[in-house]
Amino acid sequence: MRRNSNEQPNRGFSRGIASLLLLLLAAAAQLFLVASVFGQVPASRGSVHTDQMQRIAIVLARELRDVPPPFSLLDVRPPDDGVAGARLAINDNNTTGRFLKQAFTLEVVESGKPEELVTGVKKQAEAGVSLIVADASAQTVIAIADALKGRDALIFNAGSSDDRLRDRDCRANVVHTTPSRAMLADALGQYLRWKRWQRWFLVRGTEPDDEAFAEAVRRAAKRFGSKIVEERPFKYEVGSRRADGGHEQVQEQIPALTQKAPAHDVLVVADEGGLFGEYLPYRTWDARPVAGTQGLVPTSWHPALEQWGATQLQNRFRRLADRAMRPLDYDAWVAVRSIGEAATRSRSAAPADLIARLKSADFDLAAFKGRKLTYRAWDGQLRQPILLATAKLPVTVSPQPGFLHQFTELDTLGIDKPETNCRAYAQ
Amino acid sequence: MRTCRSGGILIALALAGWLLTAAVASAYTVYVTNEKDNTVTVIDSAKLEVVKTVKVGQRPRGITLSKDHRWLLICASDDNTVQVYDARTMDFVKSLPSGQDPELFILHPDGNPLYIANEEDNLVTVVDIEKDAVLAEIPVGVEPEGMGISPDGKLLVATSETTNMAHFIDTATNTTIDHVLVDSRPRFAEFTADGTQVWVSSEIGGTLTVIETSTRKIVAKIAFKIPGVPQDAIQPVGVRITRDAKRAFVALGPANRVAVIDTATFQVEKYLLVGQRVWQLALTPDEKFLFTTNGASNDVTVIDVQRLRAVRSIKVGRYPWGVVVARF
Repeated sequence: MRRNSNEQPNRGFSRGIASLLLLLLAAAAQLFLVASVFGQVPASRGSVHTDQMQRIAIVLARELRDVPPPFSLLDVRPPDDGVAGARLAINDNNTTGRFLKQAFTLEVVESGKPEELVTGVKKQAEAGVSLIVADASAQTVIAIADALKGRDALIFNAGSSDDRLRDRDCRANVVHTTPSRAMLADALGQYLRWKRWQRWFLVRGTEPDDEAFAEAVRRAAKRFGSKIVEERPFKYEVGSRRADGGHEQVQEQIPALTQKAPAHDVLVVADEGGLFGEYLPYRTWDARPVAGTQGLVPTSWHPALEQWGATQLQNRFRRLADRAMRPLDYDAWVAVRSIGEAATRSRSAAPADLIARLKSADFDLAAFKGRKLTYRAWDGQLRQPILLATAKLPVTVSPQPGFLHQFTELDTLGIDKPETNCRAYAQ
Repeated sequence: MRTCRSGGILIALALAGWLLTAAVASAYTVYVTNEKDNTVTVIDSAKLEVVKTVKVGQRPRGITLSKDHRWLLICASDDNTVQVYDARTMDFVKSLPSGQDPELFILHPDGNPLYIANEEDNLVTVVDIEKDAVLAEIPVGVEPEGMGISPDGKLLVATSETTNMAHFIDTATNTTIDHVLVDSRPRFAEFTADGTQVWVSSEIGGTLTVIETSTRKIVAKIAFKIPGVPQDAIQPVGVRITRDAKRAFVALGPANRVAVIDTATFQVEKYLLVGQRVWQLALTPDEKFLFTTNGASNDVTVIDVQRLRAVRSIKVGRYPWGVVVARF
């Protein structure tokens, strides 16, 4: 590949990663890790409109959560999931920033302990870094938000789809780049309605997250005129993920566990932890497609999306991270790009100015989804089209044709203004 | 006397011939790139019929003609090259070096060099089309796309889709001299014939920004409103301005319309319904017709410029993208 001056920030990053500060902590081998990442900003060319270099620092707060290994080797989570997306956006921001004398930096704060993460983020905020991208559980996002209350700080929730965070437990200093469960389920519900697959056999896991997804599915069924013909809890002892044998038993078990369901058009699965859902396609008693958390999946991003110029983003990402771009990478990219866009438009580095811009009605972001993305004024959720995809390719994009709205069709996905219980935003 | 008389006859014949061609619409050749089919559709502008469809490189998008209209130049994006074809025979002539993923380009009014937007590299590549050599690479913002050049060839404008700027480049030094922030995802830059203004379309922002060339000040921002069409489906892309600088045409993407703008008042005169996801535009040399590529409906709409009416749609290949009209 040819030499390219814009690759300089990348080299700056790899040097930056070397500066790791490791703190070993008491009982468990929990890591508290701070990686200072400073993009090297090339000298500005041409005329600029500000005299001094403005610096905009962003923190990526990662809660290292214990997740079991995935069923498929294809789904092994890369260690820099989300981080690489944020870094790409820093590069993009800096390419723009060199024309406006703005420089963006990213600091990664990680911990497996929520309290520690909150402390780490608070320390950053005290040092003046108040733009936070969070890849954390709903509980931890709330804890970070409450710890930064009263400051000119804004948290971008890129890691939790919990509707609670946008509803009853919303916080005024949190916006959400990752779609809510309600948005995901609505996106699927619209497409199934469009296909006239309106009889759903809902199979759900027994974890609280599964129940939350199932609740979003029930809501979608009601909204779009579909019927859940049966709901079946699925208790499945997974055991070891890696074994030489396996298919013989699964082949017998899944048909047995899915038989005698009322007539249905589609099996909708709620298994957020990925404990059994991948076993369903091609093994169910009835020959029906599988959709939901597995099978046809609603998602903010897909590594094979090529529409709307997305190929450029995919290629740029691959050059940086040497892997495919995942939904969390995209959600983090959108968060950091939102900050960049706010800085470009406001020509300011002051958090108060950036936050005001982000929350203003004039804010919009071009993000490879074919239309402008904006933040909802009633709960801070990013409005965005939702892809429905199989492992290899996107199948369709919701909102589907015919689902109308008085303001924007994107608000047919998720909790709309009249339905919200978010009071923090109303104040 | 003899020579004089025969000269007179020749003039009379020429006049008759001119009258004949003027009576029917002048016949030009229209070339359309079909992004998905890897082909170019060749259309006769008088008959409004497809003459032939020619296989070209992969993912053809931007298309233009050499100054003498002898060569047809095509961005074969997935081949990372600009292909040159004989415009009359459609025989392949050569490939030009272009940098990664060329999408749009513009030729210097003198006929050389060619300025190519390389989306992947955040560069504008300057290529000598006679010597097949890269002359310069100019760093611009993220994902450069739209390319416009002033009629005197001194000023080049490249728009960057993710940086959201119109970058002004001095063609004498091949360096950027100014950057003007416009609305989200700028796609196209078009100078007025007198060079005083450059019009930049913002696809996601949904607006058109008119920039005064000499001061780089924004003189107008044009927004669109179409009853029954969601605001975020109005996505301006291709722009053409008539030579007399009285009218501008703007393709509005998935709004499936071309906006007609009075350039004196910056008001939209009319919205013309065309095919789906209208992308790029080209005027015939006599400016009597405007051709639009409609990506999602696989056709080209022909607009009568005087009457401001869509008069014909012509089926082409899959996902038509760029369009250019030759003098012959």
